[in-house]
Amino acid sequence: MITRRALAAGLPLAAVVAPAVQANTAPQRGTGDLGLVIERAAGSVLVVETTGRSILGRVEGLGDLSHASVVFSRDERFGYVFGRDGGLTKVDLLDRRIDRRIVQGGNAIGGAISDDGSLVAVSNYEPGGVRVFDAATLDLVADVPAVSGNAARSKTVGLVDIPGRAFVYTLYDAGEIWRLELPKNASPKITRLTNVGKLPYDANVTTDGRHYYAGLFGEDGVVHVDLWQEPLKATRVLDGYGRGEAPLPVYKMPHFEGWGATQGALFLPAVGRDELIVIDNATLQEAGRVATHGQPVFAVARPDGRHVWVNFAHPKNGVVEVVDTLSLKVIRTLQPGPAVLHLEFTPRGHEVWVSARDSDAVIVYDSRTFEEVARLPAGKPSGIFFTHRAHLIGR
Amino acid sequence: MLTGLSLSCLAGAAGADPQHRSRLADLVVQECGSCHGLTLRGGLGRPLTPEALADRPADLVRDIILDGLPGTPMPPWRPLLSEGDAALIADMLKNGDLP
Repeated sequence: MITRRALAAGLPLAAVVAPAVQANTAPQRGTGDLGLVIERAAGSVLVVETTGRSILGRVEGLGDLSHASVVFSRDERFGYVFGRDGGLTKVDLLDRRIDRRIVQGGNAIGGAISDDGSLVAVSNYEPGGVRVFDAATLDLVADVPAVSGNAARSKTVGLVDIPGRAFVYTLYDAGEIWRLELPKNASPKITRLTNVGKLPYDANVTTDGRHYYAGLFGEDGVVHVDLWQEPLKATRVLDGYGRGEAPLPVYKMPHFEGWGATQGALFLPAVGRDELIVIDNATLQEAGRVATHGQPVFAVARPDGRHVWVNFAHPKNGVVEVVDTLSLKVIRTLQPGPAVLHLEFTPRGHEVWVSARDSDAVIVYDSRTFEEVARLPAGKPSGIFFTHRAHLIGR
Repeated sequence: MLTGLSLSCLAGAAGADPQHRSRLADLVVQECGSCHGLTLRGGLGRPLTPEALADRPADLVRDIILDGLPGTPMPPWRPLLSEGDAALIADMLKNGDLP
């Protein structure tokens, strides 16, 4: 009756139906315990929650998600998914749908979101460089080709956000590290560090935004930039960590994303070696090594830094090892299933989610007892990303 | 599925029976895909589509698979694959004969 009369009177439809819709919707909830799991072959993501350890839904149509990664909006409602095929998809975790999607390049390798939450930057292989988008609309804000001298455009890797609407990234082919600053109401500014080393393949920054490290593939060493000290300069650290020994064949490139940061030190996967190397952030010297089951891919610290969990390159990728960061010893070996691709801790680290691609499962462990507490079905899962990354520098 | 164990089985069994081919194809998509992209259109590694490999003889592709490209991240797969398997993969790549 009321409805009919309202319509007849020409009132806006929304005003009439809004109360009814609200009554029928699911209870309101927060997003601090949500996350996205990449189903890389199907081009879909699962929206998951870590309190009851369940899958809330699946969002499809995100393109080629090999090597996909995610950053989150400051309100932890939206995930920005960076696909291999250049796709940038803004996923609404509450409504579990695609909010916006663009294909911004031909071949991409991840991205970052600025500290104020307003800019999303994407690292591109093709065309080589970084493109920056408005986080709300995904409109292009800046296009920064990675051009060095007369050389061809370089692939870019290791893109991170740092405080002050700025990003740092590495030019793989050219061997350079760039800082890109995008101040409000002023022109963008680029600071270039050249000749940092051969084939820097990945990089990351500590969560205080200070230490940026890039791993070299073409040389035996790591590059460090202290982002607190002007002018910026690149310093070679761990020079010759392989000590002239022939490296093993590398069937999967190690990753710096999620590296094991603890007690002022970092646990880094060595290239072509069955070990982690520990760097002291204060002295920039090697502080130890940890012998591992195989070549590490991800070495991820539990948020308190007490343990580092490690997965491995093909063909030894069915195992996860837990390293004690005081004794530098492996204290536990887990076998979640073949092809463990990624791991992600809950915000304070009480549990860890592990993707086992060839088991089509995500396995959740209690991080203290090492007991399996849940096993969730997922189609060829790879990356796992929880929303608390929204509030961490460089993540 | 492709653990070290199953790979060493693969290495001994060259030939083109459909199951073996499909396991090799899976290896190409999943493991090569890490660097070359799941669709093999390239990543840190170059594209491996039939068009991208048009000017590369199958023997050369096989040898690169087996011995890698020194000075680049392309590793030698000889420890994990037989010459027959590498030749089969080279053919699959050149013909675009992958899922």
